[in-house]
Amino acid sequence: MDVFLQLTVSGLSTGMVYALAAAGFVVIYKASDVINFSQGDLLLFGTYLIFFAVAQTGLPWSLGVVVTVLLAVALALVIERLVLRPLIGEPIISMIMVTIGLSSILRAAVNAIWGPAPRSFESFLPAGDVALGPVILSSGRLLSIPIALAVLAALWLFFRHTRDGIAMRAIADDQQAALSMGISIPRVFGIAWGLAAASAAIGGIMLGNIVGVSPNVASIGLRVFPVVILGGLDSIRGAVIGGAVIGLLEVYTGGYVGHGLSLVVPYVVLVLVLMVRPYGLFGKEIIERV
Amino acid sequence: MPVLELRDLSLRFGGVTALAGFGMEVHNGELLALIGPNGAGKTSVLNCVSGLYRAQEGTITLTEPDGASHALHRLAPHRIAALGVARTFQNIELFKHMTVLENLMLGRHVHMRGGVLSGGLYLGRQRRAEIEHRRYVEEVIDFMNLEPLRSAEVGNLAYGNQRLVEMARALALDPRILLLDEPTAGMNAEEKESMARFILDVQEERGVTVVVIDHDIDVIMDISDRVVVLDFGRKIAEGTPDRVRNDPAVIDAYLGRTRETA
Repeated sequence: MDVFLQLTVSGLSTGMVYALAAAGFVVIYKASDVINFSQGDLLLFGTYLIFFAVAQTGLPWSLGVVVTVLLAVALALVIERLVLRPLIGEPIISMIMVTIGLSSILRAAVNAIWGPAPRSFESFLPAGDVALGPVILSSGRLLSIPIALAVLAALWLFFRHTRDGIAMRAIADDQQAALSMGISIPRVFGIAWGLAAASAAIGGIMLGNIVGVSPNVASIGLRVFPVVILGGLDSIRGAVIGGAVIGLLEVYTGGYVGHGLSLVVPYVVLVLVLMVRPYGLFGKEIIERV
Repeated sequence: MPVLELRDLSLRFGGVTALAGFGMEVHNGELLALIGPNGAGKTSVLNCVSGLYRAQEGTITLTEPDGASHALHRLAPHRIAALGVARTFQNIELFKHMTVLENLMLGRHVHMRGGVLSGGLYLGRQRRAEIEHRRYVEEVIDFMNLEPLRSAEVGNLAYGNQRLVEMARALALDPRILLLDEPTAGMNAEEKESMARFILDVQEERGVTVVVIDHDIDVIMDISDRVVVLDFGRKIAEGTPDRVRNDPAVIDAYLGRTRETA
């Protein structure tokens, strides 16, 4: 039972990091139909930015988090402005290919600035343990769950209630109609990239605390794909559930079966979902009539 | 003083010429019909005005009542919409996964304020504004007789109703100029009749300047103040419906053929 609970907390906390990264992915997909292959690298950048802000610059944690998120958003806005905006109106596939290029560039940039060796810094989430009856849980991991959920809830509210969030849904639904309603596509794309980077940065900050700072974080970012395929490419709710499921599956397999298999499980899920329910649990069922 | 003036518009797609030096004026408050055979360039004209296409040559000028003028041919589509130019599409472009009400609320987009953060912060002010917009939209719903459909998902509506919703959404924008691209296409005689009625009401009761494209010459001739006839991307005639009907160039290009088959 102890082991099960510990695994559950660990799985959920990892899962929520996945969910944050995936939510950013969903935001971009919703607004522009672009599959952002550089989402994992935004996560990686977030991890190194918090390392830079806190360990290298010596900012206090609270300020470091703010600076990290702002830097990440600024980076995303520059990327959107310089790389993606000129491609508006071009085939979607061009934009998707560009994000693959972006992924390499971001990864190389991290490598060039901070080097390939893993770095360490003092965790800001309380390092101690919490005793829940007979079960000892890491309080850092425990805390990261509500933090992530709060960020995800904010994103969800954004889509439902704000002018820009609703405009984003409109663009996803029918771009021509959105244009004729006076919705600015460049503005909405900019906001989408900014939000995606912000949620990835928060995910990156949590990752830095939970697993440490190293280039391997980018491979964790790859888990975005099983998560969004499971949850649905265009659903924030799906990202949360998908993240939790993949995170839990991973640690349960790791804990009860073996570490090797746990690395593969997310992708097995990905393949199964694609076979059974290609639009995911909460995705929009798009029927193309030809 | 024309509210909208198009001058020497030329639009080419590779080797295909859609518009070849087309020009026309739209007067304030009139109902102008744009007719012509298939492929004459009617939709291209609307797309240039609403900014979806950019003509290689020529100018489009919108003049506001206070005399301020705007070069639409240089503006992005969302800026043109913000100036009060609304439109519908030949192939109905609606937000299919949203309800009728949500579609119409999106018509209010240009009138809404609020950035990414402030949208969530100024709850009180935001709410008051939302109520205002809601009231406006309800008035449009009432005007277009859409009450029974207000919470239906648009993708599930019948074709004729979708056309009405699209027009209602354009009206929610509170437009100065309304561009209608074949609003009666695919409708039966009865639906056409009621759509024509709505178009007239929009012009007369709401004081909106309307430019309408349609294939159904009879309906359009009945309601329009003036007609502009296009063929091969050029204006070949213009004037009152009666004058245009008897213009030899028009009969050659367009009406002649319908007469023979009729």
